[in-house]
Amino acid sequence: MDFSYTIWIILVPFFMFLLIGLTGHWYKKAAGLLGTAGLAFVFLASYYTAYKYFFEAGKVDGVYQQIIGYKLLWLSFTDKLTIDLGVMLDPISVMMLVVVSTVSFMVHIYSLGYMKEEAGFYRFYAFLSLFTFAMMGLVVATNIFQMYIFWELVGVSSYLLIGFYYDRPSAVSASKKAFIVTRFADLGFLIGILILSYYTQTFDFQIITSQNGPAIAGAPAQTFMGFSILTWAMLLIFMGGAGKSAMFPLHIWLPDAMEGPTPVSALIHAATMVVAGVYLVARLFPIYSFAAPDALTFIGYLGAFTSLFAAIIAMTQFDIKRVLAFSTLSQIGYMMLALGVSGYGEHNGLGYTASMFHLFTHAMFKALLFLGAGAVIHAVHSNFTYEMGGLRKYLKITHITFLVAVLAIAGIPPFAGFWSKDEILVAAWEHNKLLFWVEYLVAGITAFYMSRLYFLIFWNKTPHYHHTPHEAPLVMTGPLMFLALMAIFAGLIPFSEFVSPDLTPYHTHLHYNIAIPSVLIALLGIGVAAAFYLKETSYPDKITAALKGLYKATYNKFYIDEVYMFVTHKIIFGLISKPIAWFDRQVIDGTMNLFGIGTLWASRKTKGLQSGQLQQYAFAFVAGAVILVLSFVYIWA
Amino acid sequence: MSFEQVLLMRNELVLVIAMLIVLAAEIFLSGNNRKLVIPIAVGAFAIATIIAWFPQPEGVIFGGMYQTDTLRQIMKNVLNIGVLLIFIQSMPWLRKPEQNFQMSEFYLIIIATLIGMGFMISSGDFLMFYLGLETATIPVAALAAYDKGKRKSAEAGIKLILSSALSSGILLYGLSMIYGTTGSIYFHEVANAWGNTPLQMLAVVFFMSGMFFKLSIVPFHFWTADVYEGAPVLVTSYLSVISKAAAAFIFMIILFKVFPTSIELWKNVLYALTIITITLGNIFAIRQKNMKRFLAFSSIAQAGFILLGIIGGNAMGMTAVVYFALIYIFSNLAAFGVVAAISNVTGKEYMNDYDGLYRTNPKLSLVMMLALFSLAGIPPVAGFFGKFFLFMAAAKSGYYILVLIAVINTIVSLYYYLLVVKAMFVNKNEHPIAWFKSDWATRIALIASVLGIIAVGLISHIWEYINAFSFGI
Repeated sequence: MDFSYTIWIILVPFFMFLLIGLTGHWYKKAAGLLGTAGLAFVFLASYYTAYKYFFEAGKVDGVYQQIIGYKLLWLSFTDKLTIDLGVMLDPISVMMLVVVSTVSFMVHIYSLGYMKEEAGFYRFYAFLSLFTFAMMGLVVATNIFQMYIFWELVGVSSYLLIGFYYDRPSAVSASKKAFIVTRFADLGFLIGILILSYYTQTFDFQIITSQNGPAIAGAPAQTFMGFSILTWAMLLIFMGGAGKSAMFPLHIWLPDAMEGPTPVSALIHAATMVVAGVYLVARLFPIYSFAAPDALTFIGYLGAFTSLFAAIIAMTQFDIKRVLAFSTLSQIGYMMLALGVSGYGEHNGLGYTASMFHLFTHAMFKALLFLGAGAVIHAVHSNFTYEMGGLRKYLKITHITFLVAVLAIAGIPPFAGFWSKDEILVAAWEHNKLLFWVEYLVAGITAFYMSRLYFLIFWNKTPHYHHTPHEAPLVMTGPLMFLALMAIFAGLIPFSEFVSPDLTPYHTHLHYNIAIPSVLIALLGIGVAAAFYLKETSYPDKITAALKGLYKATYNKFYIDEVYMFVTHKIIFGLISKPIAWFDRQVIDGTMNLFGIGTLWASRKTKGLQSGQLQQYAFAFVAGAVILVLSFVYIWA
Repeated sequence: MSFEQVLLMRNELVLVIAMLIVLAAEIFLSGNNRKLVIPIAVGAFAIATIIAWFPQPEGVIFGGMYQTDTLRQIMKNVLNIGVLLIFIQSMPWLRKPEQNFQMSEFYLIIIATLIGMGFMISSGDFLMFYLGLETATIPVAALAAYDKGKRKSAEAGIKLILSSALSSGILLYGLSMIYGTTGSIYFHEVANAWGNTPLQMLAVVFFMSGMFFKLSIVPFHFWTADVYEGAPVLVTSYLSVISKAAAAFIFMIILFKVFPTSIELWKNVLYALTIITITLGNIFAIRQKNMKRFLAFSSIAQAGFILLGIIGGNAMGMTAVVYFALIYIFSNLAAFGVVAAISNVTGKEYMNDYDGLYRTNPKLSLVMMLALFSLAGIPPVAGFFGKFFLFMAAAKSGYYILVLIAVINTIVSLYYYLLVVKAMFVNKNEHPIAWFKSDWATRIALIASVLGIIAVGLISHIWEYINAFSFGI
């Protein structure tokens, strides 16, 4: 089957970006429809591709193939080391096509209502198309360098969208923070790519991840500070992934990124871009698994720590988007952990499958949560839970869909999150008991803080609203309902039949001895939240008072931002940058100025040469020829 | 000679037809209709450009005097594209009332020189080469003196014709020695009979001197300053882009095909002159305040960069030169196009007139910025790739020090290119050039140039395509 048409899945959003970006100011409102139409194509084409790939063309002799749908040689350094641009289809990239196109399409539709009043309406759609283009290019990358290019493009579009309200200082600084932090992480990514490609002489994913390829079978023997060189490369590459996926301690940009419009948070900072790091590790999984197991273990522990850390912070926040942001961090931690505890082949690959499964279901219910939060914000014009309450009476559809999403993320069967989280817990149980208990605890905390959020918004006491909150229009509730269906049913997909590290399908089944306790702890979390927040009670205040110091530290996100400020301002700027700046100004600039002065001086001195007299020109001409003859024919011949 | 063989000269034939159409239009149009000659000329040339694009067989006619192949066709197409852009840019200028009596001359002369360049590039012997060269040079003097009323323009014309007579003299002297020592003027026969006797080496240096004049390599460049300044903007851009590219193409072909055994000689000459040209060209350009002179001088340094591609004598260098010429045409014509547009509307040509231009004319400023970035070689615009491949070709043959000097010089050039960008975007100005709407012809030309600047660098097929037909020694 010919998959070359898949290149249009990438190109259509790109052309939409150019079209809307360059001409959108002529037809403002129609820009949204135009962008949505483009995305409708991407959506249909992605689903068509997924169908064709998984059910017809993808599987040969029971193994899924990595199909190159389209390939273009872009730049060749040596015969082996080339940069291609192309489309690679394999189970995870096709799954990502579905995820990205679904969420992006829903966000496009939703924004028709949500962003209707904004002055930069067409700009918003242009950027959304740019983001979709970049994200699609990232997931279908045939080689790590293409991935890096689109990785940066994704970062740029995220920057543009976080700073969409560029007249708000907080949005501007949030966008800068996001860009700088992720860019800093990408420095590691780039160095990692260079090390990896130096030792393997290729960028191509198929070659570096193959069992008898240069990275695994011919792994270089060099070591550096006790770890193999590949471990270092893979850790550096993971640093890029940790930046994009906001792993501790590079997570600080994500909560601030909530300054962007809510649909953007749903698309970029919940469902797609932030899982790019997970996708990156999954993409290179065979190398991690065989050649750099230490790096993989590290990823697992870091994921577990981040998920616990973020879940604790989420319990204390009052800005609904921030609660969701921290819960995103926590859930991505889950996915990373799942990769960290995964093996290779048959049932050993359960962690890998579970990670991708959770990525899939999380994208659906987290996008739903964000879009639901958007509908709430739209109705009450506030981000803060203490200005909300009792909204179930006013926002009926939003209420139900939000509840579905909360149950899904809490891990209540039969909603989607239950199935994927269960697989992660099983994988953790089989490989690392410590990580299992961490995640088990986080599952409870998650159920607690998500129900807390739900009760605070839709139950609790009803404050006095200036305007009666009213339900959002159908363009906004439609996507909510669609995503709610996904959040209910996506868990029933037998994921291991499609996605596995060695591309060979296998069977999984529910482990009741793990599923039942995990449901119990989720119910416990919900129960505690209900006791505290279903009606207005004094328990939260009492507990806050009892745990004063701890609560304050948690509320302030454990002062990580302040640590960064201290490190950057006091240590880096003060102790390192200042002396360097002095050296730069005095010595480097001085040298350059000397060159500059010298050049200008030479320029003044040669002014006389250009006299305007033709005789002199002729003289120079003949003299030049004669000197050339003398020097090169007679003297140095 | 069969009809198929005549068709090998298709590029020149269609150009002659285009020229005849312009001539006929000039004769038959009168009164208010006279201005129609402008669209007719541009349209005819555009069609000629398109026809010349179609694939064509390779072949030799006139007993070896004229030969054509795909690479030569690519070269001619590159030139045609450049001239088409200049023609489109020329439309508003020629429509002005003071040009009323000499509209068609501009097109006639340029097409005539282009025909000369076509024959020059396709030449198979030195006679055809020389005829083509002169056909491409003498009418240009008339172009330089196009603004008859202006003293500087007349001066430009007379200086060009006198300098070029001198250079032709030396070139012919060299060619006569070639004939005298080998008994032939055919390229392949000369190459076979070449023995590197002192007289023959003298001949090579004389031949090179003549070509250096066309390429404005220091110290054969002095004419450029006065001619570029005196001539109308579009003629300057034609001289600094198209003429140079054509000369560089045939220079390279002859060095590779006729004098490969003298490589020790000519690479030394090129080595020395590349350094001198790039360095002095930059130093000249740095203090220019008139935009036209500034761009013209910077083109001297750019010509020096072209030599980097020739010096290695490898196929990659040949590709790099053609590729660079294509990019250079787009970048330089975009820059000249903006200068011409501003000069047409306001008459202002100085760098400090551009202060604060971004606030009033953001789109023009952006085009200018992209063009200057491309000229300076900043990625990701095409100019970067053009220079990159030239450097790579030289480095491949081991000229690391030369490449290092060239790289240092690109930094110097960055300084003065950015001066203009700074003027447009940073400098404060109480009275910047007021907003104006440029006409559609200028817009088309500028948009096409900008697309070229962006696309040629990114689409690797172009490089691969040229590379497929290039040859080294």
